[in-house]
Amino acid sequence: MQAAGLTKQVLSGDSPLTILRDVSFAVEAGESLAIVGASGSGKSTLLGLLAGLDVPSSGSVSLNGADLFKLDEDGRARLRGELAGFVFQSFQLLPALNALENVMLPLELAGAKDARQRAELSLQQVGLGARAHHLPKHLSGGEQQRVALARAFVTQPKILFADEPTGNLDAATGAQVIELMLELNRAQGTTLILVTHDENLARRCGKQLRLAAGQVVQ
Amino acid sequence: MNLLRLSLNLLRRDWRAGEWRVLLLALVLAVGSLATVGLFADRVRQALQQQAQSLIGADLRITSTRPFSPDYRRSAGARGLQVVQSRTFPSMVAHGEQVLLGEMQAVEAGYPLRGKIEIDDGVMHVAQTIPARGTVWVDERLLRRFGMSVGGEVGIGAQRFKVAARIVKDIDQSIGFASFAPRVLLNDADLASTGLLQEGSRISYRLMIAGDALQVKVLRAELEKKLSGNEKMEDVRDARPEIRTALERAEHFLGLAALTAAILAGAAMALAARRFVLRHLDGCAVMRCLGAQQRQVLWLFLYQFILLGVVAVLLGGVLGYATQALLVESIASMREASLPQPGLLPLLKAAASGFALLLGFTFLPLLQLRKVSPLRVLRRELGMPEAGGWLIYGLAVGVLALLFLWHAGSLKLGLAVLGGLLAGLLVFGWLAWLLLHGLARNGFLFQSQWRHAFNNLVRHGRSAAVQVVALSLGGMALLALTLVRADLLEAWQGKLPADTPNRFVVNIQPDQIQPVRNFFARQSLPSPELQPMVRGRLVAINDRAINGDSYPDPRARGLVEREFNLSYMEQMPVWNELVAGRWWTEAGRGELSVEEGIARTLGIHLGDTLTYDVAGSRFKARVTSLRKVQWDSMRVNFFVIATPELLRDFPASYLCSFYLASDKVRAGDELSLAFPNILLIDTGAVIAQVRNIMDQIAQAVSAVFLFTLLTGVAVLYAALLATQDERSHEAAILRTLGADSRYLRRLHLSEFAVLGGLSGLFAAAGAVLLGWVLAVFVLEIPYRMNFSIWFVGVLGGMVVVMLAGWLATRQLVLRSPLRILAAD
Repeated sequence: MQAAGLTKQVLSGDSPLTILRDVSFAVEAGESLAIVGASGSGKSTLLGLLAGLDVPSSGSVSLNGADLFKLDEDGRARLRGELAGFVFQSFQLLPALNALENVMLPLELAGAKDARQRAELSLQQVGLGARAHHLPKHLSGGEQQRVALARAFVTQPKILFADEPTGNLDAATGAQVIELMLELNRAQGTTLILVTHDENLARRCGKQLRLAAGQVVQ
Repeated sequence: MNLLRLSLNLLRRDWRAGEWRVLLLALVLAVGSLATVGLFADRVRQALQQQAQSLIGADLRITSTRPFSPDYRRSAGARGLQVVQSRTFPSMVAHGEQVLLGEMQAVEAGYPLRGKIEIDDGVMHVAQTIPARGTVWVDERLLRRFGMSVGGEVGIGAQRFKVAARIVKDIDQSIGFASFAPRVLLNDADLASTGLLQEGSRISYRLMIAGDALQVKVLRAELEKKLSGNEKMEDVRDARPEIRTALERAEHFLGLAALTAAILAGAAMALAARRFVLRHLDGCAVMRCLGAQQRQVLWLFLYQFILLGVVAVLLGGVLGYATQALLVESIASMREASLPQPGLLPLLKAAASGFALLLGFTFLPLLQLRKVSPLRVLRRELGMPEAGGWLIYGLAVGVLALLFLWHAGSLKLGLAVLGGLLAGLLVFGWLAWLLLHGLARNGFLFQSQWRHAFNNLVRHGRSAAVQVVALSLGGMALLALTLVRADLLEAWQGKLPADTPNRFVVNIQPDQIQPVRNFFARQSLPSPELQPMVRGRLVAINDRAINGDSYPDPRARGLVEREFNLSYMEQMPVWNELVAGRWWTEAGRGELSVEEGIARTLGIHLGDTLTYDVAGSRFKARVTSLRKVQWDSMRVNFFVIATPELLRDFPASYLCSFYLASDKVRAGDELSLAFPNILLIDTGAVIAQVRNIMDQIAQAVSAVFLFTLLTGVAVLYAALLATQDERSHEAAILRTLGADSRYLRRLHLSEFAVLGGLSGLFAAAGAVLLGWVLAVFVLEIPYRMNFSIWFVGVLGGMVVVMLAGWLATRQLVLRSPLRILAAD
């Protein structure tokens, strides 16, 4: 992944507000990058741009050789479906679907024929094979995040975007989830882009990018 | 395929979670109410049609003064239609020394094709045949005049007949001037033996045709081209302007009642769809993030909506069918009338309307889901995506407009009500927003809980306005259907009061005016309003000669080929209404006033000069006014009225209408005896028919009210649910900050009181407006406002919304704030 001159401005009232200013970096396949910084430093904005969830005011992101912002919204969605996995602070499981169906979701959207078998396997890998038919509301926070991990890795993504994956978990559960995530990451050779407050977690990544007031400071 | 399975999976889960309940409920109720009304109206319409057909004894009738071409029978026969002919003529009937002018009607086997004749041949029953050879059936007046009873003999022409039965209830009686005399029904095969069929006999031939509606229609179109000048074709709508008017109004009224339910359901569905979209924003964002394309997201939900539509339409159809059956069973007069079974068309129409509502009120909100930004997974504060707000409203309005035009059956009515509705929506929404802001700004004048309530409502400005609009619509429909409906129906039925004239007296000669007045006075009858009548033919318009060939329209042709009944008077009859020009203030200038319908048919405009031929001499005059005539007023009406000096010198006869109470029927006979040349026409049967139609409609509308009430409840439910999530979230925060459940309850009740009060106020305003539109444009009666509507609206709105709101939120204030906030 290569980011060049990423800038994001929004209108605050009548005046423009720069959230992210001229951010450039590169991450090789299989590497891990932690984006750290205080609240409001622009971490999540940067993650959104890197994943093609939002478009920058200027700059570019190249993912696996494709220029993200030359694609339209659906083109970026297709690319995400093919290449990316996501883990969020608030888990973002669909409340109406059970654990298995949540994991099957990206496969079904991609039209995979063996979605069920692969999802079952993925759930077993995160230790939730026995809870496959539980709805998210019947799972603990840690279990929900493990389902999210299973969903993120089931498509064997080339790149995983994680936004504060332990932010909603207690320390012990958070640590378990991180171990699991890094293990899956290693096993599949996935590139990892991680946004976190947690310095310990950041140190376990190969690269770190520190943001302050929207700019790279380290 | 995966997408469909995923979609069904989501549907199943969402269904369990109750997400679909309101939408399904609203749609089932919409289809149910439309189906109920449609099926119900169809049955009433069919019954009315049958009753009306029974008045002409057929589906289609051709009358002529000459025998028909055998082609007519052949054409009808080729289409599988039934045909019978009757020949009617005046003839003297003798009984002993007494002689009386009667109206003979010779009929063929099979007569009547529609309707039933009830006879009394010792036992009262419906006649299954026609009179046997050598016998006649006669009406009560003849028996009374001759002082004879069934079984006696009468002489007609050269033949003697046995009176085999008394006619109790007759059909095929025209309101025309021919049916003044007592009626004698005889077998057509006996006609020749009477020797009355001679060259120059005044025989009116009637060819009656009945059968498959489509074939009748085709035949009508085919024969219309072949009719000669003295042949006239009519179905029930042509034959009976007064029944046609009642029928059309009935259809409009029922159409509107159905639409009310549809609007309410639309409002409920719009609210439910909005909630559905709000609750699925996050899920869609996740799917977009996981690679779902816009098309996939759209289809994911479209499959669900289509399935929902199919299920709702099926359930609604069953509900509608069952409800109309129950309604008919529960209304005694309808049960006894054994209404015909409804056709399939109303069900299909309701189903199509259901899908149209689904499309109009939920499709574009769904498009919003398609456009959810995937960034929402990181930034939940991103609101609802724009989906071209005007497009959403435009589509909803478009669908409503089409439904209106379809169900109201009248462009004028549909547009009037739709326009009113749209204006109402905009004005209600704007006023609600304005009032809420005003109240919030002046909140310092109120107690803290009210202040919070106002601020809360203003904060949710848009959804509060939507709620007020939806509740106002519901309330408006309910108020309109209760208070306004009762007033309107009363006023409408009041158009045919108990003393509506039921007798016409025609052919009173000038020298009989005073004796007739004296007769009325002796019989304690109100003095008759005698109108002069002069027969004349229209021969030129603006000096351009006209005749039958000038008009392709057979009705117009018929009108110019026969003589008009003209009249003259100083004042316009009070039951006529001036629609163009002005009534003459001073006589002597040679002016004419023409009925607007006939003016349209003959292409006569205000200012045209008409030339009439009266008994060989001609006069010319200018049209200075056009009048609207209440044909169902049962009063004497004229197509053309002239200033007195134009017609005063022509030979005139006089006519009037009056009410003859049932206990004074003999006075009618005595009038005929005292003035043998006078024709007395009984229109009681027609009045009874019109009144019967009005009664049935009144009952049908009352029944439909139940459905509107239910859809109103659905709107209320949907409106409360629409803000349930926000309310729940706020309650949790307030409880965390120390608010007790009593405070929260009071806060919620204050909000509901404001919402209910405002909605009630707007509902009352809307109902008044709707009532005015209905009165003026549909029922054509003056509108009187019922002032209690404002009181009932505001107070009723407050009480109902507070009660429903309390029921909906009473658990909310008791739930653990932590759980609510964690779930959010």
